[in-house]
Amino acid sequence: MTTPLAAVTDLKVHFPIKKGILARTVGYVYAVDGISFEIMPGETVGIVGESGCGKTTAGMAMVQLTPITSGTVQWKGRDIAAMNRSGLRALRREMQLIFQDPYSSLNPRMTVRQILSDPMDVHDMFTGRQRKERIDFLLDTVGLSPGQADLYPHEFSGGQRQRIGIARALALDPTLIIGDEPVSALDVSIQAQIINLLKRLKRNFNLSLIIISHDLAVVEYICDRIIVMYLGKIVEAADYASLYKDPKHPYTKTLMSAIPVPDPARRTRRIILKGDVPSPIDPPGGCRFHTRCPDRMDICDKQEPAMQRFNDGHTAACHLYNNTYADHSHATPNHMSTPTKGDNP
Amino acid sequence: METAVDKNSSEPVLSIENLKTHFFSRKGVAKAVDGVSFDLTPGEVTGIVGESGCGKSVTALSVMGLVPNPPGRVVDGRILFHGKNLLDLDIKALRKIRGAGIAMIFQEPMSSLNPVYTIGNQISEMFRLHKGYDKKKALAAAVEMLERVQIPSPHKRVNEYPHQLSGGMRQRAMIAMAMSCDPEILIADEPTTALDVTVQAQILDLMHRLKDDFSTAIQLITHDLGVIAEMADQVVVMYAGQVVEQARTRELFQHTLHPYTRGLLASIPVLGHRTRGMDEDLVEIKGMIPSLHDLPAGCRFSNRCPQVMDKCRTRLPDLTDMGSGHQVRCWLHTKGKSA
Repeated sequence: MTTPLAAVTDLKVHFPIKKGILARTVGYVYAVDGISFEIMPGETVGIVGESGCGKTTAGMAMVQLTPITSGTVQWKGRDIAAMNRSGLRALRREMQLIFQDPYSSLNPRMTVRQILSDPMDVHDMFTGRQRKERIDFLLDTVGLSPGQADLYPHEFSGGQRQRIGIARALALDPTLIIGDEPVSALDVSIQAQIINLLKRLKRNFNLSLIIISHDLAVVEYICDRIIVMYLGKIVEAADYASLYKDPKHPYTKTLMSAIPVPDPARRTRRIILKGDVPSPIDPPGGCRFHTRCPDRMDICDKQEPAMQRFNDGHTAACHLYNNTYADHSHATPNHMSTPTKGDNP
Repeated sequence: METAVDKNSSEPVLSIENLKTHFFSRKGVAKAVDGVSFDLTPGEVTGIVGESGCGKSVTALSVMGLVPNPPGRVVDGRILFHGKNLLDLDIKALRKIRGAGIAMIFQEPMSSLNPVYTIGNQISEMFRLHKGYDKKKALAAAVEMLERVQIPSPHKRVNEYPHQLSGGMRQRAMIAMAMSCDPEILIADEPTTALDVTVQAQILDLMHRLKDDFSTAIQLITHDLGVIAEMADQVVVMYAGQVVEQARTRELFQHTLHPYTRGLLASIPVLGHRTRGMDEDLVEIKGMIPSLHDLPAGCRFSNRCPQVMDKCRTRLPDLTDMGSGHQVRCWLHTKGKSA
């Protein structure tokens, strides 16, 4: 068995809430509250969930951009919290980031050449004559022309800027790229271009990718495995096909049924949830989804469900699948393709 | 829900005819809206779909008389509301129509609500201004509106400030305000884009119900063809300031004619497509949206169109009716017709 590239074990990230002139801690935001997952070399993992579920915090904790409260993140078997400065430097070369907003993530005073050179200067790579070759190669790889290297970010469109962001992430030959909502700020026709580019890069460079997104459809297109988060917890994880064909957790089912399908002949009966996502400052006890769950049982607000294993590494944390509390037949209704009444032409 | 035949026969409540809204700056004239026509029908959702800069929001602002002037100005066309041209009305007459006759909700509810007034204060203002209610009666009416848009414990919420509400709740409050004077037209500009999907589902569901209850004509502006497919009765597809295709929703999705609309549909990742082994790569529309200052001559989509022909680059095709109200602006389809 190969060692995972990165292994996250029982990761918790809590942000203190400070109040008053003494800045006393009055509570915590439980942004990430005990999650574990692994990324194998060459694998693409998607983390999906709604705002406040902790998906971005989880990604930032992996690159040590946010302090970890407890738990470990291991990179190729080594705990990143125990790494010294040079170890961290090497780690950051191997792990790169792509951000959501291509407008604010590029320095407006730097040309594309400078933007791409910066990380190479820091890590003393591709020096001298190799530099120009490398920049030409990077621009060509992301679908820009080497002739555009001396332009400034404002001279590019949103989609092109996102390509520059991707070129910067590729500059140091990374092993893993974490993309935080890499396509959400783009127009539909441009979004498809960037999704295809990411898929091509993954194939050609044998990259591992983590795609953090609120859009299950985008993630299904790019990723091998999908992790669904809700209020700081992982509720379900599976390979993309298994998750789509057989979602286990009621939250995953709701999320899937909530996505509008671009086909008026398939107007679906949606599962409409009551209320909003509760605040991660004061998450509900028991299962965190119990306040909105359509399949809620008595046990759900009392005990937190354990992660259950199904076939092919499909896991879900839900009491419906615990034989002590419920039988399996209850949990299988598929809400995806039930047409609404009166919808026939 | 499409009940095309009988709905079609009802009179449009709003007709936009050959609307041209241009923006004048040192860089030149940006023709943000350049000859747009469509109708809104009571009890129907008209979806306006397109990408950034296509003119979908400026069209709505023109209807509301909210185009920032300068630099923007409606230079041509008519906007007929019950036969009255809104463009001829003075600001006082327009104010009477705004809110009571035509209401609008925006993408970011936080920036369209006033942060220093309570929700109740802002909604009851509508009743005081347009219906002449006294303070007490207006506040009671505001509570009732909050109840209609399914805000839990409306008596408590009515005294809260916008920052105390969640994003979904704020959008509900905006809808409550917009619907309070029973407007004939509701313009919703990307009403769910800033919301999470599960909350988006709630808001779309709510709009559907309100439309049926009040038989409002809704103009739904969005970039999301999924939302269009679920909500709209008719669809107007815009590109670079012009309507490129227009049809009943089912017709548009089943017999898509314009290469741009086809491209848009093919470029959306659809949940389950990959699992079912369909299209391993998404279809891309090459290139990018042209700048309004530097539009291609001829058809505005010609520099990105996979089926471009010689005449597309020099001559702009007319919006042509292909029968049963399906209109398209493309030389591929106009050629068979005696244009």
